[in-house]
Amino acid sequence: MHMNRREFLQLLAVAAASGMALDSKSALAGNAPANFYDVPRHGNVSFLHFTDCHAQLLPVWFREPNVNLGVGSSFGKAPHLVGQHLLKQYGIKPGSAEAHAFTYLDFAEAAKVYGKVGGFAHLKTLVDKMRAQRPGALLLDGGDTWQGSATSLWTNAQDMVDACIKLGVNVMTPHWEAMFGADRMMEIINNDFTKAGMDFVAQNVVTNDFGDQVFKPYVMKEMNGVKVAIIGQAFPYTPIANPRYHVPDWSYGIRDDSMQKWVDEARAKGAQAVILLSHNGMDVDLKLATRVTGIDAIFGGHTHDGVPQPVKVKNAKGITLVTNAGSNGKFLGVMDFDVRGGKVQSYKYRLLPVFSNLLPADPEMDALIKKVRAPYESKLNEKLAVSDDFLYRRGNFNGTWDQLLVDALMEVKGADAAFSPGFRWGTTLLPGEDITMERLMDQTAITYPQTTLTNMTGETIKTIMEDVADNLFNADPYYQQGGDMVRVGGIEYTIDPTKKIGHRISNMTMKGKPVDASKTYIVAGWAPVAEGATGEPVWDVVASYLRDVKVIKGVKLNTPKIVGVGKNNPGIANYDGSYS
Amino acid sequence: MNALRRNVLKGAAGASTVAIAIAAGMLKPTQAMAAWNAPAFDAKNVGDAMKGLGVSAPADSKDILIKAPDIAENGAVVPVEVTSKIAGTTSIAILAEKNGTPLVGDFTLSGGAQGFISTRIKMGQTSLVRAVVKAGGKSYTAAKEVKVTIGGCGG
Repeated sequence: MHMNRREFLQLLAVAAASGMALDSKSALAGNAPANFYDVPRHGNVSFLHFTDCHAQLLPVWFREPNVNLGVGSSFGKAPHLVGQHLLKQYGIKPGSAEAHAFTYLDFAEAAKVYGKVGGFAHLKTLVDKMRAQRPGALLLDGGDTWQGSATSLWTNAQDMVDACIKLGVNVMTPHWEAMFGADRMMEIINNDFTKAGMDFVAQNVVTNDFGDQVFKPYVMKEMNGVKVAIIGQAFPYTPIANPRYHVPDWSYGIRDDSMQKWVDEARAKGAQAVILLSHNGMDVDLKLATRVTGIDAIFGGHTHDGVPQPVKVKNAKGITLVTNAGSNGKFLGVMDFDVRGGKVQSYKYRLLPVFSNLLPADPEMDALIKKVRAPYESKLNEKLAVSDDFLYRRGNFNGTWDQLLVDALMEVKGADAAFSPGFRWGTTLLPGEDITMERLMDQTAITYPQTTLTNMTGETIKTIMEDVADNLFNADPYYQQGGDMVRVGGIEYTIDPTKKIGHRISNMTMKGKPVDASKTYIVAGWAPVAEGATGEPVWDVVASYLRDVKVIKGVKLNTPKIVGVGKNNPGIANYDGSYS
Repeated sequence: MNALRRNVLKGAAGASTVAIAIAAGMLKPTQAMAAWNAPAFDAKNVGDAMKGLGVSAPADSKDILIKAPDIAENGAVVPVEVTSKIAGTTSIAILAEKNGTPLVGDFTLSGGAQGFISTRIKMGQTSLVRAVVKAGGKSYTAAKEVKVTIGGCGG
């Protein structure tokens, strides 16, 4: 469906008349309430937090998932709430601007009403506005900032480093940053960050040989006469989920024993508020908050969960607030603490959606972004195809963007089946939009983009799928890695997330025939974690497919049959397949 | 990072630390090999390895702490530390239960040595890592699961 503006307005009118979940007043104004960003300050200590922007300097579309299943004790609890379940839990009005920001509901239609989200020039305006009301507030960057776009890959992360310096980031912790290599990372920290007075913290990265800290574990700051400590936590499974050869001399892990040590040390040095800037993922943070005491709030990321309010977690010595601030520059977390008598007395938290239409672009940031993009504009804007389909990635099992990638891999490589990693970054494309090189790079821009073609037995295929499923659905969050299920092209299957490893995947079929454990199949893939792969980069493979196909239409989403999760699971809705 | 310490050690990189220890008379080659317990180390399952160690039905103990990663970064070198708070600990053995030959190491402690060992073990697949401690003629045990994964596909 190609839709022009007039057709779209007609659709909106029909939608409003039929009582569809759109606020008709906002729809007509193309706007959210005028006071959307009036956030009165509370207390005397404030933190601004963004995370997982994945190098999106310009405003984008980003659809939240309709499948985000919680297993074990996480069943039905934040962040495993989708659509109406999330709105209900947090009292958000259906059809409102916030409902659009936090859910997938009526996404393509609502997106046109509320406009694109994020963009560093708009984020800068919002950060400055919040800061003006909150003297001394610190801006925290939760990582996955340097990776995810064509320009960050092509400038070796320099565009994002410069943009973050201009944005006024005070403290950062990493994940994908390390995939530019340990040397590049240290170069940026020792030069750009040092010059700009920015801190880079991670308590859980140590050297392999002596266990020395690679980064500062935490920093102490003073805000309006109150001492605060910000501890950093890098993504604990970086050398497992991503290629180890980029960080060969470092060991990661959760390390909550050393975490406790640094919290206690910071308290002993007079910190009255202790913050953890975390890239653990929300389920890991929720468990950690039960085990480590003395942390007032965890500002989390990695799992890309836009959670409107903190989860209060009780532990042996008090309560820790656990937040997660979404992805792709879509949100800015604003946490205000009232700190008196040596401790946090109360808090107010808002996770503000960054609607680019409501926030004028900051001229200086805008100029920087234009300058960064200038040398690449023609390459970025190359039109590869037009998509009649709605292309998105996020969700536990598959997205239409990933389906397009595996379709392209199978077609170009002549494979029986294809795997694509369950990444949670990658922007959304509305029906009728062009697929440019830039949009394709949004899905694929990594430093290990090689495609692979491998002979695998049916048994090996199942083992891989079981392994990835366990990284997503292990009942113990400390064994979860925070990605989604590997996207599978060419093979249909049934999954029971509640089972143990080796028993989740069943009924694997290829073209209607059972997958034979001993038979060999040709499987295409990309993003190998082993060193030395030489295959053509995935964006070249997919670009050639798109140039050839020209119009993307009727992408058939291959979603597994899900069992064991229940019909009334708040972590799944509008599923494009069967579940029970 | 302690770059100086690292560089000083690089100067001695030609010889392994064990070789240096032997040369310095800290360990005699015969001493290092003297107590080789073939039946235990060659055992193909946990039961036989325990038998080889002279252990049967060790008691579960919360005084044995195993520090190992939840998920191994590299199955070829998994760091494992075992602390035994049991008074009079005389030996600590480590078993990776699903390894082809589960017994990884057996450390004899004497002269009131602290019940602490730190080493790196090789693991072929996800498995319980088990510590077996002997103290005062009795045996005790504790275990922790270490996951070995294919990797990739992360966030």
